[in-house]
Amino acid sequence: MSEAAPKIEVEDLRLAYGTKEVIHGITFDVHHNEILAVIGPAQSGKTSMLRCLNRTIDFVAQATVRGTIRVDGEDIRRVRDVFALRRKIGMVAPLPVGLPITIYDNVAFAPRSAGRTRKADLDPIVERCLRQAALWDEVKDRLGSLGTALSGGQQQRLTIARALSHQPEILCLDEFSIAIDPVTTMRIEDVLKELREEMTILLVTNLTQQARRLANRTMFLWNGEIVELDDTDAIFSAETKDPRTRDYVRGVFG
Amino acid sequence: MATEAPPRSRFARTAFGARNERTEKLAGAVFGLMSAAMVVPLVAIVVYLFWLAWPSLGWEFIVDVPRRGMTEGGIWPAFVGTLYLVGMSLAVSAPIGVLAAVYLNEYAKDNWFNRVVNLAVINLAGVPSIVHALFGLGAFVYAARFGYSIISASLTLAIMTLPVIIASTREALASVPMPFREACWNVGATRWQTIKAVVLPNSISGILTGIILQVSRAAGETAPIMFTGAVFFKAVSRGDLFPYALNEQCMALSMHLYTLSTQVPDVKESMQYATAVVLLGSVLLVNAAAIVLRVWLRSRKKW
Repeated sequence: MSEAAPKIEVEDLRLAYGTKEVIHGITFDVHHNEILAVIGPAQSGKTSMLRCLNRTIDFVAQATVRGTIRVDGEDIRRVRDVFALRRKIGMVAPLPVGLPITIYDNVAFAPRSAGRTRKADLDPIVERCLRQAALWDEVKDRLGSLGTALSGGQQQRLTIARALSHQPEILCLDEFSIAIDPVTTMRIEDVLKELREEMTILLVTNLTQQARRLANRTMFLWNGEIVELDDTDAIFSAETKDPRTRDYVRGVFG
Repeated sequence: MATEAPPRSRFARTAFGARNERTEKLAGAVFGLMSAAMVVPLVAIVVYLFWLAWPSLGWEFIVDVPRRGMTEGGIWPAFVGTLYLVGMSLAVSAPIGVLAAVYLNEYAKDNWFNRVVNLAVINLAGVPSIVHALFGLGAFVYAARFGYSIISASLTLAIMTLPVIIASTREALASVPMPFREACWNVGATRWQTIKAVVLPNSISGILTGIILQVSRAAGETAPIMFTGAVFFKAVSRGDLFPYALNEQCMALSMHLYTLSTQVPDVKESMQYATAVVLLGSVLLVNAAAIVLRVWLRSRKKW
């Protein structure tokens, strides 16, 4: 796995909001078909990092990004079609957002935006994504009702279904489980293990145990710097390279 | 054995609680009274107008033309004139206003140009209508050579209503939560796809309400049209739906009311009031339609 070129290469990424730098030059790779967990306390730059990756940071006035991010070897600052880049990346935000359109339209929105409008194309996509997000059985009889009418946990799974709907190669999950119950979380975690076969997954999480269950490698991000990035087993072992990592995963600080 | 005192409830009323309750009642009464005070003038105006207008009111009054030097007959030319002016001015200001608001709220970055635009919108909304009238006179009647005409008057009204439409539309757009947009951008949708799928459908009720409220303003203003295209009298035939060409002057209800009240001797008093009732009634009708439309559109949106 590691001898192939990495899926994502981040090199000396720096991000500042106005004059306040929040990411202080981080460098790391994400391999093909791995789950890379990113752990770290609030304000350590996890979400901002994801926004740099799909360039939605462009929408934030005052944000300046330096350094390079390469996806499949291509500098994302230089891509001609930023929308195509975003379609390569599925993004699940921490708070569930069911769009105020029907459940069907929620999932069909991305393929439609990409120009696939035939119902015969869309139907299987909608079903596949809702199944993968462990939501299909609950909503299959009311695909026409509003996405906003679902419960919080259902909306979160709808968000995941939407993120999968444009068949991304990279899936970024930002605290996906804070709005859903443990049983559903486990179901989605099982789905993620399967999805690893098809895509590369970046999992930002506050649940260190979730990282331990799922991730091949884990990155500890703290105050906009990488404290440690290693195989998950090593991060959760007694002998971490940096003592702060051990303290954090054991709940001594943070 | 002494009888035991009944146990004191843990939720017994304290002096502090009693005071709070009194304040609460007083506050409710004061706020309620103030709200009621708002209804009184409206009811009084409507009742007073109807009372005095009664002898002249009727379908005939609306569709008939003024007769005998405007001392008898109806108000058809003025009624149709107002429809023309309001319709044309909104046909201009609504699309421009809504599209400009979409730009300002959805596309514009925070730079000096857009700050200037913002400032212009706010200040334009505060310009008195008589100043709009003078501007319309200079710009449309003379400079653009539209002459005293429906076009000039409508454009003047359009300029007057535009900033308010922009402001109300922006407010409606801003009420759509930001995470909806971000969710769309995250899956690779362009701004326009996002606006079309999510932002507009969920702000359309607010946008339409803002536009329709401007109908009453455009219908009621006298100064801007008096300078640019409204006349005292124009001979048209009774009930004619298309009596005016756009480059002609026209009569208008607000202007007609002013004329009847101040310029024409020996008018039946009830005619002035009936004109006012028709003006007010049309505006209230449009507003009522706006409310119905809004309720209907709201019933389809939920989050």
